[in-house]
Amino acid sequence: MKSILVIGNGMVGYKFCEKFVAHEDSKDFKLIVFGEEPRVAYDRVHLSEFFENGDAEQLTLAPKAWYEEHDIELYTSQRVVDIDRDAKTVTTLSGNLFPYDYLVLATGSAPFVPPIKGVDKKGVFVYRTIEDLEETMSYAAGIKGSKAAVLGGGLLGLEAAKAVKDMGLEPHVVEFAPRLMPRQLDDEGSKALESKMNELGIQVHLNKATQQILGNGSIQGMEFSEGDLLNVDMLIISAGIRPRDELAKTCDLETGVRGGIVVDNTMRTSDPNIFAIGEVALYKDMIYGLVAPGYEMAQVAVDQIVGGETFMAEHIDMSTKLKLIGVDVASFGNPFTTEEEAHAIVFENKLQGLYKRINVSKDGKKLLGGILVGDAADYNMLLQLQQNEMPLPDNPEDLILGARGGEGAAMGNVMDLPDEAVVCSCESVTKGGICCAVTEGGHESIKSVAKATKATTGCGGCKPMVADLVTESLKALGKTVKVRICEHFDYSRQELYDIVKLRNIQDYDELLDTVGHGDGCEVCKPAVAAIFASVYNETANRQETIQDSNDRYLANIQRNGTYSVVPRVAGGEITPQQLMALGRIGMKYDLYTKITGGQRIDMFGAQLHELPLIWEELIKEGFESGHAYGKALRTVKSCVGSTWCRYGMDESVSFAIEIENRYKGIRSPHKMKGGVSGCIRECAEARCKDFGFIAVEGGWNVYVCGNGGANPKHAELLAEKVDKETAVKYVDRFLMFYIKTAPSLTRTAAWLEKLEGGITYLKNVVINDALGIVEELDMEMQHYADTYKCEWKEAVETPEIRARYTHFVNSEEEDSNIEYVPMRGQKMPKAWT
Amino acid sequence: MISELNTYEATKFEEVTVWFKAAETSKFPKNGGACVKYKDKQIAVFNFTRKGEWYACQNLCPHKMEMVLARGMVGVEGEHPKVACPLHKNTFSLKTGEHLNGNLNAIATYPIKIEENFVYIGFSE
Repeated sequence: MKSILVIGNGMVGYKFCEKFVAHEDSKDFKLIVFGEEPRVAYDRVHLSEFFENGDAEQLTLAPKAWYEEHDIELYTSQRVVDIDRDAKTVTTLSGNLFPYDYLVLATGSAPFVPPIKGVDKKGVFVYRTIEDLEETMSYAAGIKGSKAAVLGGGLLGLEAAKAVKDMGLEPHVVEFAPRLMPRQLDDEGSKALESKMNELGIQVHLNKATQQILGNGSIQGMEFSEGDLLNVDMLIISAGIRPRDELAKTCDLETGVRGGIVVDNTMRTSDPNIFAIGEVALYKDMIYGLVAPGYEMAQVAVDQIVGGETFMAEHIDMSTKLKLIGVDVASFGNPFTTEEEAHAIVFENKLQGLYKRINVSKDGKKLLGGILVGDAADYNMLLQLQQNEMPLPDNPEDLILGARGGEGAAMGNVMDLPDEAVVCSCESVTKGGICCAVTEGGHESIKSVAKATKATTGCGGCKPMVADLVTESLKALGKTVKVRICEHFDYSRQELYDIVKLRNIQDYDELLDTVGHGDGCEVCKPAVAAIFASVYNETANRQETIQDSNDRYLANIQRNGTYSVVPRVAGGEITPQQLMALGRIGMKYDLYTKITGGQRIDMFGAQLHELPLIWEELIKEGFESGHAYGKALRTVKSCVGSTWCRYGMDESVSFAIEIENRYKGIRSPHKMKGGVSGCIRECAEARCKDFGFIAVEGGWNVYVCGNGGANPKHAELLAEKVDKETAVKYVDRFLMFYIKTAPSLTRTAAWLEKLEGGITYLKNVVINDALGIVEELDMEMQHYADTYKCEWKEAVETPEIRARYTHFVNSEEEDSNIEYVPMRGQKMPKAWT
Repeated sequence: MISELNTYEATKFEEVTVWFKAAETSKFPKNGGACVKYKDKQIAVFNFTRKGEWYACQNLCPHKMEMVLARGMVGVEGEHPKVACPLHKNTFSLKTGEHLNGNLNAIATYPIKIEENFVYIGFSE
């Protein structure tokens, strides 16, 4: 049996193992892998997520057990220090000798640290491994609130800047070139990105050559060539990469002038038994710092060694799309064509920070490349048009402006792509491969197609296109695309709603027995719980074990397993008396308190057994549940309105209280928020809510389907200058219609987007009664309002429900695992270790 | 807190040396879970009423090291019983302890038996 040694257990090194295992003849070979890091290969592309969740495990590409399962010998924390090409052996740092038949160098690259004076000072870091991040984070924790710089305005540098911001520091990006992401963007694209960065609180300094790092022992600042200074207490260097080719140099393999091990299109180095792949390989005089070409190299090397005639592509595509720190940036094909080569069509909207450029061949027939900043939704389709040299529409500008006046989208249908179009470039999966997995492989969901083809499992950027292809292929098979909530019910939420209502089904088990399969799961249970709540207006106390955890205990679980308590403060109006009561109760139970975004008071750190005690006291003081834990009405935010405000047109507070009390307790597909503003200055931000009222001369304007959050959306105008009674009636109907028809966990804005006919259709339903259902909607909403009860009152007063609030069933003891640390005179959970 | 992870070791039925009498079956919600204290350990016990089956595992979620699994929602994937952590919806097999939607370490599972309406959990020490 021949042995293959892989040096390097990074993303490409791992991919080699994966492709090796998948090869039918791999059993004839023994695979041994050496990794220098203590961890097994992890997803470096999503390294920034480590900052967000501090969870290294989630980045792991495959656990150690996977290597064992496939008979791969894996040595982590083992650095290979020497290669003897004549004896065909390698030596590790600990002095062990391993023979090889084939050697694969996947040693990757190291961050390039420019030789700047003072670069060795404390507080200067690089951005590459989990260990780098851990060191950076622990240093940052000691200097919270101060400034930190990132040297390098490339992809990685900008991600590092976001991480710096998340660490509680003020981020500055310092770039030598006159623009950000100089390899991907032109000047205008960079400007658009820069304004987006500024919006995020990241300051950008271009054209800065760093002369030295200042400070006595630890970094205190940076000095630039013009003599100007930037005071910072930390610096992350992200100034490009250098291939880790030192092993090649020890055994005289051919390397490039600026580093990298020279390979041909079989991935062989100058020694035919030694291969190099990934960021250490110099192919066609270039190092490719992207995952997709690295993966392709891994496949070529596996086939060349184990059997098969695969060669590396002549031209390597460097197109990239990034969901960079919340800003879309993409660049594809040739983004920088000159006027002789092509016509550039540019669309710019400085107000929204949008910049789009496409380069169209002189004859107007082909797309050569482009740049998208601020909105890269069309990236996949544009990339396909470019790569497959597909014909362009008559007005190529429609590609970035959208078709105007005409029918249909300018992009055309995904099914128009040629079968050989590569949809997932990380895993080289073609459109034909995906459609075939559906039509012939019998895979009918994205999940199943992803498992079969590996499409979407790399960077995930192709997901929307794969979803469209799966849907379209199913349609072509004549199968209706069934939206089912999970494996236990072959129905959509709306269908289940109707089933529960029409067949008068009383509980979850009955529904499962009537129209479901199996025993349910964490997806269908809460969805069905919400349906029962909507159909019968029952509280979460009745069927507690099908509720989401927060609903089950009527409180919001926090990161250490304790809960927060939010009493309703309708319209945000609260008396000094009530404030004192909250203060007293908060102190008694040692709760951390904070004002919420919805004008009420959140009290954190209550243990399970304390919840009924706290609520008993709150209820005695006249408070009731705020339903902050439920998919239900949260708050109706208000400005102070005409009772006090000198501009107010009407009483916004009174209206907000009335409306909050009308809709409180109603369960819905997702949370709902409202707002009432007393004039068009809109201090209550009613247009960012699911429903909002704004007082104008002659009545109220009614807005629906807005939200803040991850995808902010302004609400749309449903009715103008109507009286209060009419305004409430329209919103009653709108909410009821939404509750009955929206899929689970869909906010009103997303629901409206999918509603055919949009706001016009919605107006027709709720105002003009196009469906003839308004009477029913009115009755159902009135029924909710008439049957409301406070579920916390119910819980506190019912011994069986109250008994649920205990940490142990066999002991009165408390959970000893909960620990706190002090913070600004209050407490917070001790950090996760 | 990490060291706590080591105090939970999967126990097989044939390894049981101690059957701990935990609580009456009626103390456990139908198709749901509750937490049992045994010495320094916290054990999550799940009552799959629909299937007539009981399962036990560590209460500690290996993701963020919090004592919360007993408060998670139970369900099945195919025929496989599982629990979803209430913090981040990581799901674990209650048969093997395996993390079903990711790569976390497996959780420790324990044998369970019902005698005369009492729940007993098996330990190997």
